[in-house]
Amino acid sequence: MNRIKLKLQENKKILSIYFTAGYPSLNDTVKIIQDLEESGVDLIEIGLPFSDPLADGPTIQASSTAALKNGMTTTLLFEQLKDIRKSVSIPLILMGYFNPVLQYGVEEFCQKCEEIGIDGLILPDLPLDVYQEEYETIFKKHGLINVFLITPQTSDARIRAIDDASEGFIYMVSSASTTGTKEGFGTEQATYFERIAGMKLKNPQIVGFGISNAQTFQQATEQAKGAIIGSAFIKHLTQNGVNGIGGFVGQIR
Amino acid sequence: MMSYHADERGYYGEYGGAFIPEMLYPNCEELRQNYLKIMAEPSFQEEFHQLLKDYVGRPTPLYFAERLSKKYNTKIYLKREDLCHTGAHKVNNTIGQILMAKRLGKHRIIAETGAGQHGVATATVCALMGIECVVYMGEIDIARQAPNVARMKMLGAEVRPATSGSKTLKDATNEAIRDWINNPVDTHYIIGSVVGPHPYPDMVARFQSVISEEVKSQLLEKEGREDPDFVVACVGGGSNAAGAFYHFLDTPEVGIIAVEAAGKGIHSGESAATSALGKVGIIHGSKTLLMQTPDGQITEPYSISAGLDYPGVGPLHAHLYTSGRGEFISITDDEAMKAGLDLCKLEGIIPAIESSHALAIFKDRKFKEDDVVVVNLSGRGDKDLQNYIDYFNL
Ligand SMILES: Cc1ncc(COP(=O)(O)O)c(C=O)c1O
Repeated sequence: MNRIKLKLQENKKILSIYFTAGYPSLNDTVKIIQDLEESGVDLIEIGLPFSDPLADGPTIQASSTAALKNGMTTTLLFEQLKDIRKSVSIPLILMGYFNPVLQYGVEEFCQKCEEIGIDGLILPDLPLDVYQEEYETIFKKHGLINVFLITPQTSDARIRAIDDASEGFIYMVSSASTTGTKEGFGTEQATYFERIAGMKLKNPQIVGFGISNAQTFQQATEQAKGAIIGSAFIKHLTQNGVNGIGGFVGQIR
Repeated sequence: MMSYHADERGYYGEYGGAFIPEMLYPNCEELRQNYLKIMAEPSFQEEFHQLLKDYVGRPTPLYFAERLSKKYNTKIYLKREDLCHTGAHKVNNTIGQILMAKRLGKHRIIAETGAGQHGVATATVCALMGIECVVYMGEIDIARQAPNVARMKMLGAEVRPATSGSKTLKDATNEAIRDWINNPVDTHYIIGSVVGPHPYPDMVARFQSVISEEVKSQLLEKEGREDPDFVVACVGGGSNAAGAFYHFLDTPEVGIIAVEAAGKGIHSGESAATSALGKVGIIHGSKTLLMQTPDGQITEPYSISAGLDYPGVGPLHAHLYTSGRGEFISITDDEAMKAGLDLCKLEGIIPAIESSHALAIFKDRKFKEDDVVVVNLSGRGDKDLQNYIDYFNL
């Protein structure tokens, strides 16, 4: 069974961490993954850097630009990850924009993910209808879960359609914003969290955007299955390099 | 019969669509569901055409360029978009979109700009309607285009520097899109060309189509026929070209010539000739041809003309290129500058450097003596004076 699905069956709240591959230094990828697993994180999203990250705020824009400047490419990332399953068993997701995947070749990309032991993909600008018409069979053939996003603006009907198309979890964007833009949650989020919980979706939801510490992690996971930390972890890497990852995770939960 | 217009889902052949993150879905969906309905309303049409007439100064003349024609031994007509208010065709689109925004109940406008022409055209219509306006512009472009920055400010717009990535047009577009993600309810994004996710390419093309609509009736008057033998236009994102080609797309007898900026030469590494150098990919929510690394990172284009300095082309043009419907020619900085000066001397018209690219094809691309060739003169050269001064040591 897919590692993400197995993890989601555990009776616990999921802590997922995002980082940009190739940042802060080109060859930090494996060390960051190993330290995150050791620190008790449940799921890791490895960011494939892109020159034009539309949905990202300044923090992840900067880490992406730096990673590309360091020399990160899709081919190099696969090279860095080729033996990753010898040292970690944590579910791994690749997250990035669709264009680099398209250039690598969707089939070849998925093939490579399967060889390495990647469990899922998050490609925010690959729309639901295109995925279903052109790529779903390829993803499935290679055992990859595709994760879709919903936002407070997503209609109930569309959430149902996304729920039907999902297997694994739904990435619940906490507010109408780019990554790392808003801190903390207000009444809008409370209403939104309630609304989604009330929909009794078949897939669990993991909340992302705006989670940076124990308090926001706690708030986000009151109803949802888990939460994702991205920009806050990138800031930690900017300040500390790859040191103290255990300490960072330890203060979240 | 094959059509070169967008289908219902915004595809031109394999190009187009809406490759957008879910955060943009409600905004684009609202627009997609309403744009054709709103544009078809008689009150919309009336207001749009009234403003084009009284405010923009339409119809723009279709001018027979006699001395230029003589030089190249063919019949050249210039469609005078340079005489539009604000100095370029860009305002046709911003008038349309501001009326659209009002009917959608939006209170705030955002836009991206490279050279500042679209920014000025947007700031202008926002002033006209009394609507808040924020224009994103690359930090490098702000430094290069000081007069247009001042114009936007005088018109009451806030100019926000885009400091990410390469700090030029593509990054300004990214910033505008990010703003829209963060302000999904009250804001309308006025995109400046036939680029971006569906329905933008189709909507902008429809607003610009007034250009070819006028050409048809004007040509009937002058030549006794509606269709020219060729229509020529420069392509940055492709909006003036889309407007000039629009009513001829499905008339195969009319040759369509799209002119791209070769910069310092197609293979110089400093070029914006997207059809020659691009590969299929996703830029700003659209599947189209774009300049990118083998790894799929979008590269920075170069042209002496800021308006052609975009690493992609609209999906319509990608389709015209791939299908063979359009003839694509690329013109270097030097060729364009010479053709621009030539027009000044022969016809007393100082063209925008973008438009000079379209004019530059006549040196090598020969036409028959009785061919009727319409060149879309997309803008005037006032904004480019400093460039002309530097280039020619005036
Ligand atoms: C005068 C003029 N022509 C052409 C362009 C290029 O845009 P498009 O290809 O959308 O017509 C611009 C853009 O700024 C412009 O100012």
